[in-house]
Amino acid sequence: MRILTLAGRRLAASIPTLFLILIGVFVLLQFAPGDTVDALMAQMGGGDAETAKQLRQYYGLDVSAWAQLGNYLWRLVRLDLGFSAIYGKPVATVIAERLPATILLMTASLSLAFFFGLVFGVIAARGVNRWPDTLISTLGLVFYAMPTFWFGLMAIVVFSIYLQWLPAGGFEDITVARTGLARTLDIASHLVLPTLTLALFYMAIYLRIMRGSMLEVLTLDFVRTARAKGMDETRVVVRHVLRNALLPMVTLIGLQAGTMLGGSVVVESVFSLPGLGRLAYESVIQRDLNTLLGIVFVSALLVITVNFIVDLLYARLDPRITTGS
Amino acid sequence: MDMTRRAALLTSAAIASSVAFPMRSLFAQETPRKGGVFTVHYGAEQRQLNPSLQASTGVYIIGGKIQEQLVDLDAAGKPVGVLATSWEAAPDGKTITFKLRDGVKWHDGRPFTSADVQFTAMEMWKKILNYGTTLQLFLTAVDTPDPLTAVFRYERPMPLNLLLRALPDLGYISPRHIYEGKGDIRQNPANLAPIGTGPFKFVTYERGQHVIADRNADYWRPNAPHLDRIVWRVVTDRSAAAAQMEAGQIHYSPFSGLTISDAARLGKDKRFIVSTKGNEGNARTNTIEFNFRRKELADIRVRRAIAHALDIPFFIENFLGDFAKRGTGPVPSVSTDFYPADNGPQYPFDKKRAAALLDEAGFKAGAGGTRFSLRLLPAPWGEDITLFATFIQQSLADVGIKVEVVRTDGGGFLKQVYDEHAFDLATGWHQYRNDPAVSTTVWYRSGQPKGAPWTNQWGWTDETMDKIIDDAATEVDVAKRKALYGDFVRRANTELPIWTPIEQIFLTAISAKARNHSNTPRWGSSSWHDLWLAE
Repeated sequence: MRILTLAGRRLAASIPTLFLILIGVFVLLQFAPGDTVDALMAQMGGGDAETAKQLRQYYGLDVSAWAQLGNYLWRLVRLDLGFSAIYGKPVATVIAERLPATILLMTASLSLAFFFGLVFGVIAARGVNRWPDTLISTLGLVFYAMPTFWFGLMAIVVFSIYLQWLPAGGFEDITVARTGLARTLDIASHLVLPTLTLALFYMAIYLRIMRGSMLEVLTLDFVRTARAKGMDETRVVVRHVLRNALLPMVTLIGLQAGTMLGGSVVVESVFSLPGLGRLAYESVIQRDLNTLLGIVFVSALLVITVNFIVDLLYARLDPRITTGS
Repeated sequence: MDMTRRAALLTSAAIASSVAFPMRSLFAQETPRKGGVFTVHYGAEQRQLNPSLQASTGVYIIGGKIQEQLVDLDAAGKPVGVLATSWEAAPDGKTITFKLRDGVKWHDGRPFTSADVQFTAMEMWKKILNYGTTLQLFLTAVDTPDPLTAVFRYERPMPLNLLLRALPDLGYISPRHIYEGKGDIRQNPANLAPIGTGPFKFVTYERGQHVIADRNADYWRPNAPHLDRIVWRVVTDRSAAAAQMEAGQIHYSPFSGLTISDAARLGKDKRFIVSTKGNEGNARTNTIEFNFRRKELADIRVRRAIAHALDIPFFIENFLGDFAKRGTGPVPSVSTDFYPADNGPQYPFDKKRAAALLDEAGFKAGAGGTRFSLRLLPAPWGEDITLFATFIQQSLADVGIKVEVVRTDGGGFLKQVYDEHAFDLATGWHQYRNDPAVSTTVWYRSGQPKGAPWTNQWGWTDETMDKIIDDAATEVDVAKRKALYGDFVRRANTELPIWTPIEQIFLTAISAKARNHSNTPRWGSSSWHDLWLAE
């Protein structure tokens, strides 16, 4: 019951935020020169003014910007995301088509980054200033500093062109039809490189956070107490230190889930994956307002959900947080 | 930055020597292999795939394999019948009769007839198709005396040669029974799942991923097509596309889809052929557009000075390599039908002359050597334009004109240049479409409605030019028409509302396993009925 109240309160608090974000994006896009008809003309390689006029009517651009915004918000209230100009389909369908690839890539790389970030962070903290720490920290810095697109392209050069172990791009092999397990394995093999590319960057952040927070918690009184009562080091680390050190990591994941959703444009482009990031990018270039606002809406919903889960996790990791509220 | 450019360039200069084409003669004796999947790089997804509704290479590269047009261009660049078998114009030029091919079937089994031609011409070309609306402006009716005859009736004389050179791009036929009475043509589901008469049948389109078309077993040409399937892979990142070619996931990257440096690199690799062959019908020129609303640019001496200030051969040699050459005017040299013997004044690199012209026009160098400042908008269509913009900026600084380069994306560029006229100089591409009347003269004819992209929005009006253009558009005599376009080119170069200093042809990168490729001037857009893949 308390969870439901919490959820309800969260949701109510996020609705105004959501509308503010949507209005903000709408206004921002009004500042970009040109509309979706100009973008279409650019793509077609020309057309006459009469055609342009007809198209503006067709896309509902012949009314003022505020009327357009009003129309959009009114549709949104009725849970209608509108019609996509570039795809000629309802925005909800377009997003639903792109969501699987994005979610798959996001969860795979986030879990990978989280798991290895945690493990390496702990190892580095345990061996602070000795060789494991130096090695892990240096590698972390390298992954953090390396531009994602370059890393992706290099991975393609090594694993796809030179060694020919993995496909260079795409979501699945389309030259041969596969079903069932064979198809799953095929998609998995296509996702190995993009997942690694995306995960390494986040792993570098997580391991540094984990290392830092482990070192901090290790100096706290209750750790000394635990050691004093004769607990062995592994149990001290797993039962007492890790649990407390995880809090900043969990916070960070909640924050980054949103970034990752839109921030994987580069990885999606390099590996030709049909994800939300690329869709958002295309919508901006093509000035497809409905699609862009739809993506912002869905992303915002996802971020709200993830943060809600993070809140619940806090309570689980540190019971003091909920008793306070 | 300079180093990278120079490196890119050196390699690109090296390609030409290593390119081994045409290789077709070597394989002339080979028997075409049946089967195989041909994969194509698809860089920019369009909103629809029907070439009767949108004239652009991004549509032809897919729709051109599924739907067919009345005529196409043969290897020598001459019109050759596809869905039409013969044509004839009445002496007054107001009636053009096409005889249609017998026994052709749509992919859904219905027969192709003159009713399809009538519907497509009147409802699509005349009303929706970009450039088609202008070309068919005076088309009043298409009569269908029998299922295999279509008679085009025009209000004003339509030169047969113009129509035949325009139809390869603007003459795709759509099935009447799919479109008629099914509501808004623009929203018809067949626009994204086209039904045609071509050698390949549409199978599926996964947005953001791929398009698939399979062999049409009932195709009207005997013993064609050879391929089992064509797959277009959506790859937006150019470097990634090159990597996928190397990994064997893509056979063909059309229309300069790769970066200049990647194309140069693949050109040296025996597994690929990189050349301009097969793209002669898609010539383009790099342009500099002048905004006459700026008093400085309205002065002919200033426009000429700007042209004299740019060392074009240097730019081509150092940045574009062997696939570009010095442009001579709005009609490129690949246009055998219209390229004039005399192109009128050219503007060779001459900094002293440029400075003298600017002085003469009264724009003396002020403090710091600056005469005046200009805003330059480069179009975002290709890396050569970006490079050229920087080159213009640096070259004009040498003669005392300060240039600010303002970069935007596609929609923004068109809006600012063609609608808001918020530019002083613009630089982009002019695409030549085999006849100057299709998409070239609109760049020079006055009275273009505001906001129409790639038209005369420079604030330039010239009665002599308007008259030449209008006369040529309805002149049915072939020789007279060619002479008029000679006048057109000379007038354009004399008055210089736009300068066309560089001529380029799109670059193709294709697997060396492909056979019968690049054998027509618009091969990337053509139907690929004879294309096959060797083992």
